[in-house]
Amino acid sequence: MNLRPDPTFHATAKLAMEAPVETLAFTLMLSPDGSQPDGLAVVDVDPKSKKYGQIVHQVIMPNKGDEFHHFGWNACSSALSPLTGHAFLERRYLIIPGIRSSRIYVVDVKDPLKAKIHKIIEPEEVFAKTGYSRPHTIHCGPEGIYVSTLGGGGEDGTDGPPGIFIMDCETFEILGRYEMDRGAQDKHYDFWWNLPRDYMVSSEWGLPPQFENGIVPEDLLSNKYGHKIHFWNLRERRNVQTIDLGENHQMALEIRPAHDPSKDYGFCGVVVDTTNLQGAIFTWWQKDDGTFEAKKTITIDPHPAAKDDLPPLLQGFEAVPPLVTDIDLSLDDKYLYVACWGQGEMHQYDVSDPMNPKLTGKVEIGGIVKKTSHPNGKAFAYGPQMVEISRDGKRVYWTNSLYSTWDDQFYPDDEGGQMVMANVGENGGLELEKDFYIEFPKGYRSHQIRLEGGDCSTDSFCYPSV
Amino acid sequence: MTTAAALWWAVVASGIYHGVNPGMGWPLAVSAALMERDYGSLYKALGALAGGHLLAMAAILFPFTALLVLAEWQKEIQIGAALVVIALGIYLLLNRRHPRFLARVPPSRLALWSFLAAMAHGAGLMLVPIYLGICRTVESDQGHAAAATLMSGNTSVAATVAVLHTLAMMLSGGALAVGVYHWLGLKFLSKSWFNLDVVWAFSLIAVGGISLLSLH
Repeated sequence: MNLRPDPTFHATAKLAMEAPVETLAFTLMLSPDGSQPDGLAVVDVDPKSKKYGQIVHQVIMPNKGDEFHHFGWNACSSALSPLTGHAFLERRYLIIPGIRSSRIYVVDVKDPLKAKIHKIIEPEEVFAKTGYSRPHTIHCGPEGIYVSTLGGGGEDGTDGPPGIFIMDCETFEILGRYEMDRGAQDKHYDFWWNLPRDYMVSSEWGLPPQFENGIVPEDLLSNKYGHKIHFWNLRERRNVQTIDLGENHQMALEIRPAHDPSKDYGFCGVVVDTTNLQGAIFTWWQKDDGTFEAKKTITIDPHPAAKDDLPPLLQGFEAVPPLVTDIDLSLDDKYLYVACWGQGEMHQYDVSDPMNPKLTGKVEIGGIVKKTSHPNGKAFAYGPQMVEISRDGKRVYWTNSLYSTWDDQFYPDDEGGQMVMANVGENGGLELEKDFYIEFPKGYRSHQIRLEGGDCSTDSFCYPSV
Repeated sequence: MTTAAALWWAVVASGIYHGVNPGMGWPLAVSAALMERDYGSLYKALGALAGGHLLAMAAILFPFTALLVLAEWQKEIQIGAALVVIALGIYLLLNRRHPRFLARVPPSRLALWSFLAAMAHGAGLMLVPIYLGICRTVESDQGHAAAATLMSGNTSVAATVAVLHTLAMMLSGGALAVGVYHWLGLKFLSKSWFNLDVVWAFSLIAVGGISLLSLH
């Protein structure tokens, strides 16, 4: 335990933006066929360093078949609320769940170039203590580390609904389930919250049989993937409202609340609208009476495409959908980045007025049809996917893999893992950095990125930016 | 300085000590004002925090007032109280885990949170040896008064101790909250927050120890 709060804890998002910039990034590497163990890559992102844009350390796990996806810190800026009572924690451990194996690794990155495994929680323990499986999103909150899961109990994860469980933020013991009353929630994906306002928002992807062996086209066309977002009284652990975005809005994934907790809104990305193949962003907000509402504020149209340019899955549509698979909001709540994984585009929207987003920048790279190369001339497999923004909002990093089996369906001819970075213009706009292009070791794909000292999808701030 | 004056100053000092510790809640007053965009909310939140703290002090002190009716056992009561305070200090030294139930209190219930935080950290217990010491100085001034007089005297001392302590706590914490709101900025919070867990535990042991020594 420290004598002072960790220097990377910030009371407000604004203070986090003013903090020293990141010099290292942590990126997950996954072996899509499970032939090699998954790993954590430490990437040098300091332009002054001789090893800029290189992988400077790897932590390779002792097991195969974990399938790394999302991960998070043991502690973040949320520790600065006296209510939480954890002010003197260190931001030191990365909690990395295997979405396929349900195994959880705790990796000590205090000395990032010597990062090593601190603890392994075996799947049996997760099953026994929570009744959930397929752990996914990590956030540090009241009472400890919250972990969302995509599966319930049983072999295929459909014995009971998936949910959230809590881990002790010092011992990493699994404490048990979060929910007291889950209401209509029967699927899960992402979650985040507004700590001072004491609410949580969660989203839905699909149940394990709907994603583990690939996307199930019949389920998608009959609107059986998730299309609801759930609002929770955070500390009462109660689902207080469920908003159905409409069953055609298939796969409501990332939840991005405004970082400034005095703002009472946030965003949610929807992968595909089955009526017209559009991608969509919903803005949700809390009304004066405490209830919530959501409205579609961004739509992205599909591009017409020749049948021969499309994978079998999409040939019948003669169009390539944007497939909005990840979104991320800058710490000043100004720019929302939207990954259009199918079309090979990264969009930047000015969301200063959350009800009227404006497209302010766009980068083309990869894509099912366009297959745009990086400015350095090299190929980019798949499309822009997991996106992470630097704290100061000036650099946007992303990788290219969505999920092993889905990559193969949408991009049957592609292979490889890349991480790239784009610079943000003074007044918006987005441009790929020619000198930043990371090729992951052969046989690996790459997924979520975490930045040293926190980033735009980890830290929860307890005080308004003023 | 007389023993009585020293003890009353100890009541004030412990109040300041609790007040400036962010863990006892002053940042929540800053947060309330910023969240509501209303400076008045800072004072409302401070009031709620002080109310909860006062209640926690009263809840600990008054049972001892009742015990003091047993005038001939006064020394034993004082020894017992000192030992309890020392035991809590040692417990807090050995068990450095933060009580998790505090995180379950909703942010809107500041008074309840403040009450529970004070109870969980033994903030009220710290005052008990000081309070008993003050009662003793009063008593020796009065000689052996009737039990009823003693009781009412001890009650008003308990009330004064609780109010004075809470006032010192609210003023010192409030000064920091106002300062951070207007001038220092929230950066001050992470810069000035020190882990006082060990100091706190030793303070409890010290208060109990001094109280034991003073009985001889």
